[in-house]
Amino acid sequence: MPFGRKPKEFPDHLWTKCPTCGEMLFNKQLVRNLNVCSKCEHHFRLGARPRIEQLVDKGSFVEQDSSLVSGDPLRFVDSKPYPERIAAAQAKSGEKDAAIAGTAAIGGNPVELVVMDFEFMGGSMGSVVGEKITRAAERALAERRALVIVSASGGARMQEGTIALMQMGKIVSALARLDEAGIPYVSVITDPTTGGVLASYASLGDLIVAEPGALIRFSGERVTSGTVGEKLPVGFGRSEFLLEKGFLDQIVSRAQLKERIAFFLGSFRAASQDVRWGL
Amino acid sequence: MIDRIVGARRGIEGNGHLADDANLIIDSGQLRTRASAWDAVQAARNIKRPHTLDVITRVFDRFQELHGDRGFRDDPAIVGGIAELQGRPVVIVGEQKGASTEENIQRNFGMPHPEGYRKAIRLYRLAEKFHLPVITLVDTPGAYPGPEGEERGQAEAIAKAIFTMTRLATPIIVVILGEGGSGGALALAIGDVVLALENAIYSVISPEGSAAILWRSPTEAERAANAMRLAGPDLLDLGVVDALIPEPAGGAHTDHEETAKAIKIALVAQLAKLERAATSDLLSARYERFRGFGTLAEPGAAAAPPAAEPWWRKFPLMRRRP
Repeated sequence: MPFGRKPKEFPDHLWTKCPTCGEMLFNKQLVRNLNVCSKCEHHFRLGARPRIEQLVDKGSFVEQDSSLVSGDPLRFVDSKPYPERIAAAQAKSGEKDAAIAGTAAIGGNPVELVVMDFEFMGGSMGSVVGEKITRAAERALAERRALVIVSASGGARMQEGTIALMQMGKIVSALARLDEAGIPYVSVITDPTTGGVLASYASLGDLIVAEPGALIRFSGERVTSGTVGEKLPVGFGRSEFLLEKGFLDQIVSRAQLKERIAFFLGSFRAASQDVRWGL
Repeated sequence: MIDRIVGARRGIEGNGHLADDANLIIDSGQLRTRASAWDAVQAARNIKRPHTLDVITRVFDRFQELHGDRGFRDDPAIVGGIAELQGRPVVIVGEQKGASTEENIQRNFGMPHPEGYRKAIRLYRLAEKFHLPVITLVDTPGAYPGPEGEERGQAEAIAKAIFTMTRLATPIIVVILGEGGSGGALALAIGDVVLALENAIYSVISPEGSAAILWRSPTEAERAANAMRLAGPDLLDLGVVDALIPEPAGGAHTDHEETAKAIKIALVAQLAKLERAATSDLLSARYERFRGFGTLAEPGAAAAPPAAEPWWRKFPLMRRRP
């Protein structure tokens, strides 16, 4: 708040506390700052819709495959049946599943874009996520457009069992065809991206960039620290750690993400002189 | 199109000249008894079960192990090499568990590190270069989840292995011997034909892991195992595996020789068929095999939703009889 003193009480619907620096952030201002703490640059998680709005050229996004909904291949029941779990997540989020796909332009570059939403069942990848990404890759191949995937996921969706696991094979098969055809794929990793999503498409971009401070790990915290029997060092499995170990091209702050993707796609397009993948 | 699985099914349907060439189980209805999921988990993990090297020495001749990923080290949890299957040279890659505690410690309980998957990728490429079919033997509780694995890019190594297999221009036959533990198994399990031993399991997460997350108690593993449908007959029903290789009565651990014999018959029969197919046909069929997975509905879509039933049932020979 530029003027005046901060209030003593911070009602939740108006204020959010930054988990990194403890600063109290006024919600409206937080949204205006792309859900990034204005004091310490902590990147809060971002839903799929606002992410798309931030990334694409205004008015260019045309959603695809929006009616896809999941079946229940295993007739899976834990504390409640899987269809009820999906229905609850749908009611809460207003979305059909954990990914939104569409055709768009980023800085004038035509792309197929898929954005995952961690709020929907932990961003877990089941049949719908698998199908949306595969179709996006197939469209990218047919139209010779670049593919951009923004990941945020706990991994494969347990409730779909091996069918969820097979989505990894399905998506990667489509990405391999893109690769052979010389069509760019940019993987954007956001907080958190783990498990089967990281062990498939998120790790296969021609370029892989991540937001600052994102948790990026194959195994969950408890599993990993359980095998060594001690607590992991601070920052283990975060973006900065992966950059140091050589698994990321760059860490890109949210404010620069759109511009950076546009730069990469533009470079690839210029290099190919519009021959290998044109407008 | 490739005529993929022909075993007992062809015998049943009267195409007698190839009858029983592989004795494969391609329909869970063929099984007289259907073990409980938890029994399958126990059988798949039995320490006396034939592991990868037991199978290699019995099924193949003149095995020469090839070591190392050319970058970091040789991972003992993955073994690979060149051998002959009835005189035909092939490349083998398999996950190796131990038959004793000491051996298990040395083999890291069959949990590969990233360098293990990078060794596998190196051998896949070798096979492609010299037109050798690839046979993979899957038996792992999962990829090693410890911090060393994370540091060296466990996820990237698995992703690259899957990626390599999807477009590898040579036939690939996958056999799940025991445990097919999630992504750590999938890195060896993209193939033209995916077979499993009758009591093998294949799952997205271990029953214990699933129980800990969904039921918040690891003691609910048995319930989780049932819910996850990870046993052989379930995998067959889901189309995740194409056929089951029958085990001796009492399970594979009771008779390594018999088990190996059944695996060999199956591999020889499948390889003979796959080798007749053009590489481009192989690759497009491999794409379609994985492309078809998913249980979806698409209300109001112009195109028909993708078929929910396993892709290979569209082949007349494999269709279920009413």
